[in-house]
Amino acid sequence: MLLAELSEAIGVSGAEYEIRDLIREEIKEHVDEIRTDALGNLIVHKEGDSSLPTLLLAAHMDEIGLMVTKVEKNGLLSFKPIGGIDKRVLVSKKVVVGKDKIPGVIGAKAIHLQRPSERKRPLKIKQLYIDIGAKDDKAAKKVVNIGDTATFATKFSQLGPKTVKGKAFDDRVGCSVLMELLRNDYDFPLYGVFSVQEEVGLRGAGVAAYDINPDLTIVIEGTTASDVPGSKEHVYSTTVGEGPALTMMDMTIIPNRGLMQSIIETAEDTNIGYQFRRSTAAGTDAGRIHLLKEGIPTAVVSVPVRYIHSPASLLNLDDYEATKNLLNEFCKRLSSGGFNFEKDN
Amino acid sequence: MKKIIKRLTETYGPSGHEKNVTELIKNEIESLVDEVKIDKMGNMIAFKSGNSDKKVMLAAHMDEIGLIVTHIDENGFIRFSNVGGVSPYVLLGERVIFGNGVEGVIDKEKLDSIKELKLSKMYIDIGLSNEEEVKEKVQIGDVAIYKREFSDLDKRLVAKSLDNRVGCAILIEAIKGLKEVANDTYFVFTVQEEVGIRGAQTSAFGIAPDFGIAVDVTATGDTPEAKIMAVSLGEGPAIKIKDRSLITHPKVKELMVKVAEREEIPYQFEVLEFGGTDAGSIHLTRGGVPTGVLSIPARYIHTPSEMVDCGDVEYGVKLLSAILQEEIE
Amino acid sequence: MESKDFLKSLSNKTGVSGTEEEITKAVKEVFGDYIDESRTDALGNLITLKRGEGKESDKPQIMLAAHIDEIGLMVKEIDEKGFLKFTTVGGIDQRTLVGQEVLVYGKEVVKGIIGAKPPHVQDKKEQKQAIKLKDMYIDLGRNVKEVKGLVEVGDLIVVTREFCDLEGNRVSGKSLDDRAGVTMVLECLKELQRLKHASDVYGVATVQEEVGVRGATTSTYGIVPDIGIAIDVCHGEMPGVSDEETANLGEGPVIFLGPQVHPKLHKKLKRIAQEFDISYQIGTSTSPRGTDAFAIQVTRSGIPTALVSIPLRYMHTSVETLDLNDIKKGGRLLANFISQVDSEFVEGLRCF
Repeated sequence: MLLAELSEAIGVSGAEYEIRDLIREEIKEHVDEIRTDALGNLIVHKEGDSSLPTLLLAAHMDEIGLMVTKVEKNGLLSFKPIGGIDKRVLVSKKVVVGKDKIPGVIGAKAIHLQRPSERKRPLKIKQLYIDIGAKDDKAAKKVVNIGDTATFATKFSQLGPKTVKGKAFDDRVGCSVLMELLRNDYDFPLYGVFSVQEEVGLRGAGVAAYDINPDLTIVIEGTTASDVPGSKEHVYSTTVGEGPALTMMDMTIIPNRGLMQSIIETAEDTNIGYQFRRSTAAGTDAGRIHLLKEGIPTAVVSVPVRYIHSPASLLNLDDYEATKNLLNEFCKRLSSGGFNFEKDN
Repeated sequence: MKKIIKRLTETYGPSGHEKNVTELIKNEIESLVDEVKIDKMGNMIAFKSGNSDKKVMLAAHMDEIGLIVTHIDENGFIRFSNVGGVSPYVLLGERVIFGNGVEGVIDKEKLDSIKELKLSKMYIDIGLSNEEEVKEKVQIGDVAIYKREFSDLDKRLVAKSLDNRVGCAILIEAIKGLKEVANDTYFVFTVQEEVGIRGAQTSAFGIAPDFGIAVDVTATGDTPEAKIMAVSLGEGPAIKIKDRSLITHPKVKELMVKVAEREEIPYQFEVLEFGGTDAGSIHLTRGGVPTGVLSIPARYIHTPSEMVDCGDVEYGVKLLSAILQEEIE
Repeated sequence: MESKDFLKSLSNKTGVSGTEEEITKAVKEVFGDYIDESRTDALGNLITLKRGEGKESDKPQIMLAAHIDEIGLMVKEIDEKGFLKFTTVGGIDQRTLVGQEVLVYGKEVVKGIIGAKPPHVQDKKEQKQAIKLKDMYIDLGRNVKEVKGLVEVGDLIVVTREFCDLEGNRVSGKSLDDRAGVTMVLECLKELQRLKHASDVYGVATVQEEVGVRGATTSTYGIVPDIGIAIDVCHGEMPGVSDEETANLGEGPVIFLGPQVHPKLHKKLKRIAQEFDISYQIGTSTSPRGTDAFAIQVTRSGIPTALVSIPLRYMHTSVETLDLNDIKKGGRLLANFISQVDSEFVEGLRCF
């Protein structure tokens, strides 16, 4: 399964080497042009009828992770987070470090050695170390350098008939949907961007889209689903199993209404269930893209994912398929000139 | 001028839904300028050609803050989030109105302490008893605004969304009063300022101006035990020195002061320790644009009862109009 | 001009974010001997150009950016007794302000001191807490009428501090962040006089970094370089601060790693340092924010960006301290890097 490979590949913001190579290998046959830019975004192009709108589909390939900031004398690695990580999820996890994927564990003082009051407080990043088993700093430095990145060593697997587990579904699920769509042929000019550095401030996609200057953009994301115990229904944001989530507004964008309407019409005409992303918090690459130059009509379609930014996230395969189908149907209608995008703001 | 301010402030136009305001303004100015166009973001750009080919961009944002529907429960209560800066305390007991005219009232869940108040514990009640009935009138993603009419207190005006319909009114009045402008002048009525100064960014990129002025409201320090700020209602429009988004270009400040002194327009300097305006986006456009802000002092910003002084507004029109007669180097 | 004298003269001048003309002028004058042309852009950035010898087809454009603005204070109100209430421009530790002598840039430059309620009249609880900015004021020692004749709301204020020599090669002063960076650019330009380089070199003194990397945003848009190098300061080692966060004074420039840095530029800078026997240190930064590199990298369709820093203690105070050798070594590093850049290398920066 494509999503499995994507999920297990490493690619922390600013160090997306492995995931980029994987995606490039998988899609190069299906596109007319493939290139990287100054930041490392992977940009692909499929030519089309220039009388139709140029569409950009974007998904970010970077993931949150850790960076090694110091090798201690005893061989342990100090680190800092890259992107938004809840520090409370780090302790006792397996990680892989650097290009050679050196295995390590994140350890902390055993419970026996802690005072009861200590046990109640979350561990600070400074109290945590990656242990790769090196006996001292000299041994560690043979395989790890300062600046190397580390990610969770989470294996992808199927949990129930419809549920899969893995790391970095935010936004490898978007990458996976985009890669599947790129295998299809549509009539309009299509660009795909697998962007870098989304998790450290929405930096890659805007740069990639600047030269493309598309007529329309859809950002494909994996977004928070908080339909879990302890949260009330009105703060779920999205619900797993209820189909693709359309962003109505977040911290970075109010999506273009004409484009949103077209996506909704497509869903309704083809009987694909959808939901709105009902939180206005956080943001995506769409925030950068829609403000480029004189403005680019942009929308965001997401697969709901539980426990994003943690070592193990969950998603529903029906949501995945429905998201892919919705975007495919949208592209088919765009091919046939089926939309009239009048600005109605 | 009070009439146009009343009409503007009583029009529905939260960020992303500025269409009604756009139409109202368009009808007022279309015949008085050389061209009016609406760009991809929804900004309305009115152009008046001048005697020099230098380009001046004026910006006043049309959008207002609001509440966006995030959830409708089985009993028909509507949960919401904010569009722009909305205080939960200001919302208690408020009435709101949606774009289609549906009205509602706001209340909160039972709280142990008022300090726990936040938007996620509040709801809108539109007087219907279940989800189905509500969904016929209101959808997730719809936006409501304060329902509140304009009040004329003679010397001072009170209304919702004086931030920044008063800025729009100043641009409209300037257009109406001007025979000629010294430079090619773009009057831009921008969108989505309240959610992150967005409309000004794309419109400024398209125009690529040589000089920019945003017209917006600013806070004051003249109310009981207010945060210290040397701006008062009724002492003339303010020339901004600094806020979180901008440090005014010294040449722009000099020009504004020079014109105000010459025309004997009272003015005050403004140092705002929070917030930003369209100028924050404009001055960083492309290779940079010298930009300033003409601010109208306003009390109670982002409440349903924002207050401005008529004299400040009229002097604002006068100052802006006089600046437009200046040739830009 | 000797680099130390240059740094001293810049440090002693005033140029708070938004009003950097005095610094721009001084930099332009001194850079003049080493460059071919210069201009100032709409925001006030000084953009200088030293042409390379390459053919038009093989002439990479390299931008070196160091910011000239400094943090400062601004008058926000004059009270009825003539005390000035003030706000900050850029990030300032309020605890460093009480008791400082200041200059207020009003109609003329006026001396004053920063005062606060004396400890004798504070209660015990108050005495344990840091004095807040909102409780401080500037006392010009004049009556309200005199004050209002000299000072207006919006006038800038800086802490008075003369640049001084410490032991060895170390110096101390205000706004060495980032006028030390500008000095490194000067060192680099001097070094380039005797090196061949194909590339055009833009030495840019950027404005308004301290309030949100604004000058780098617009100057990079105008230049569109093939390579951008931000030169700034980073924290120097000292007791109580983890050495993960700091670099050592005198042990060479710090070549940074992180999302905002192009991996190939980092590698090349490191290799050049090794090749020319220039001591260097490695710094990591997990967030792209905080220096001009943040803005440069995402300009237009993306600029390969590097970050080189000078270790500096007591950042954003009036007694910033650094080692001049780090500046010299950094200048040499940059110059030798520039002389080895060709269009093939530049092309490779887009291949990942």
